[in-house]
Amino acid sequence: MLKDITLGQYFPGNTFIHRLDPRTKLLMTIVYLVCVFTARTPIAFGVVALYLAIMIIVSNVKLRLLLRGMKPLIFLLALTGTLNLFLTPGEPLVSIWRLSISREGIEWAIMLILRITMMITGSFILTYTTPPMALTDGIESLMRPLKRIGVPAHELAMIMSIALRFIPTLLEETDRIMRAQKARGASFDTGNIIQRGRAMLPILLPLFISAFRRAEELAVAMESRCYHDGEGRTRMRALQYSRDDALTGLIGLLLLGSIITLRVTGL
Amino acid sequence: MNPIIRTENLTHTYSVGTPFERTAIVGVDFAAHPGEFVGIIGHTGSGKSTLMQHLNGLLTPTSGRVLFQGEDIHQSKALTRSVRFQVGLVFQYPEYQLFEESVYKDIAFGPKNMGLSKSEIDQRVREAAALVGLGAAHLEKSPFVLSGGQKRRAAIAGVMAMKPKVLILDEPTAGLDPRGRTEILDNIRTFHRETGATVILVTHSMEEIARTVDRIAVMSDGKVAMTGTRGEIFAQGDALEQMGLDLPEITRVALRLRAMGIDLPGDIFTVEQAVQALLAYKREVAGC
Ligand SMILES: Nc1ncnc2c1ncn2[C@@H]1O[C@H](COP(=O)(O)OP(=O)(O)O)[C@@H](O)[C@H]1O
Ligand SMILES: [Mg+2]
Repeated sequence: MLKDITLGQYFPGNTFIHRLDPRTKLLMTIVYLVCVFTARTPIAFGVVALYLAIMIIVSNVKLRLLLRGMKPLIFLLALTGTLNLFLTPGEPLVSIWRLSISREGIEWAIMLILRITMMITGSFILTYTTPPMALTDGIESLMRPLKRIGVPAHELAMIMSIALRFIPTLLEETDRIMRAQKARGASFDTGNIIQRGRAMLPILLPLFISAFRRAEELAVAMESRCYHDGEGRTRMRALQYSRDDALTGLIGLLLLGSIITLRVTGL
Repeated sequence: MNPIIRTENLTHTYSVGTPFERTAIVGVDFAAHPGEFVGIIGHTGSGKSTLMQHLNGLLTPTSGRVLFQGEDIHQSKALTRSVRFQVGLVFQYPEYQLFEESVYKDIAFGPKNMGLSKSEIDQRVREAAALVGLGAAHLEKSPFVLSGGQKRRAAIAGVMAMKPKVLILDEPTAGLDPRGRTEILDNIRTFHRETGATVILVTHSMEEIARTVDRIAVMSDGKVAMTGTRGEIFAQGDALEQMGLDLPEITRVALRLRAMGIDLPGDIFTVEQAVQALLAYKREVAGC
């Protein structure tokens, strides 16, 4: 079913990482991504991979879910890998017909696949351990300094949290409408592209109508509770850094420091 | 008589392999016979909708089988598809699946998917619309300008137009006003009378079921907890209460009167029956 898509979904838990402040997790994810893209040598990749492995173990991510989440991306990975394998210029090692594989090609392909996999796995851990609402609270809080230069931080965060909140609802709705149309004999996986496109209409139309209805209901519900924008709002769950966050931040600095050192020294 | 549709030890688990894994029905044996009017009743979350979506092959059993006219509906893709047309399923809130520009076209969606001829489709659309009380004037309108009850009836007609041998309706009266509810239940009874099809009515209202069906299956906690005639089921008021279900109000009144020593029959399910019984009782008492 559609709603069994695991990528980007939050799974409740109570691990060290689940309990961290969402701002810490956001910043750590940024640090981690910078590291993934700074690393070039096997040693540097090893350090980042070690960090990732510890995150996976500590956050108790089910490997099966992680793999299932990666499944739709296998094609993308294979394509990137193959293209880079053949198209990177360099000393040819093997030549088949007019294509040749170079040492640089192999290195690039491996590095790109590693980077993409690590990037996705790292972000997966962020969404896996952080409820969407906490995530947007964190983003709003981190963006607050930008308010001074006119970035509507609260509104952006609100839009994001509403969107995140309704993704599962809309997926469920899509599932339901699909099944209802199937019950009337609709089929979505036969025919040519045009026929398949047309076959989506019985799903898309009801889906849009219900999305607009929901949006309107939500607006009325918010207004009737006197919702207004960011100025002077207090929060029910105030974000608060703890000792764990300081410890995590230290680890992040250590990671970033060692990766930069490795890059500069070329090890 | 052989059942037209039945399940054998049917179990279904949602979201297998995720932390949201949830077994909705367990070891369900359910059967409906040709021409029967069956009621399924159960508390919200008891697994009614899950069971119904197995009967036309929309959901695949985690274990167990679904048999239509004695054949496993999942033995071939072709059979599953043909069963879709013979077991019509009206979802909860079916008006949310309307999409065509006119009521006519929307009702015609199912018959068209069946590959019927144009004249056959036309005849079926008009018949089905008439069954639910939508006249020719409504057919040309956009489904989105109809009232809530009319939308619901148009959506039901969309399934009736496929002339299924088994018609399943999942809480067809949910969220309607009393008049809308009565109209829809009348439409369903008319369909049953005129086509002789098997009808399975899912509801959580005892009043509705008391008025309509031949046989009741009570679901609780993913299992079929009891099956029987109205009399047999309603005689077990305490067990029903434990499953979060109430006897029809009028049945409770009659039972209370009996407890107070007024000699009424034990199988009163509708207000009309109660009136008859009370009048009979009055004559009897006055007569001696
Ligand atoms: N698509 C779904 N994914 C996961 N769980 C579901 C889904 N649909 C129903 N359930 C769960 O299965 C159980 C039975 O639901 P359902 O068959 O809809 O019951 P009913 O129709 O009697 O209210 C409920 O606990 C519900 O939460
Ligand atoms: Mg239901």
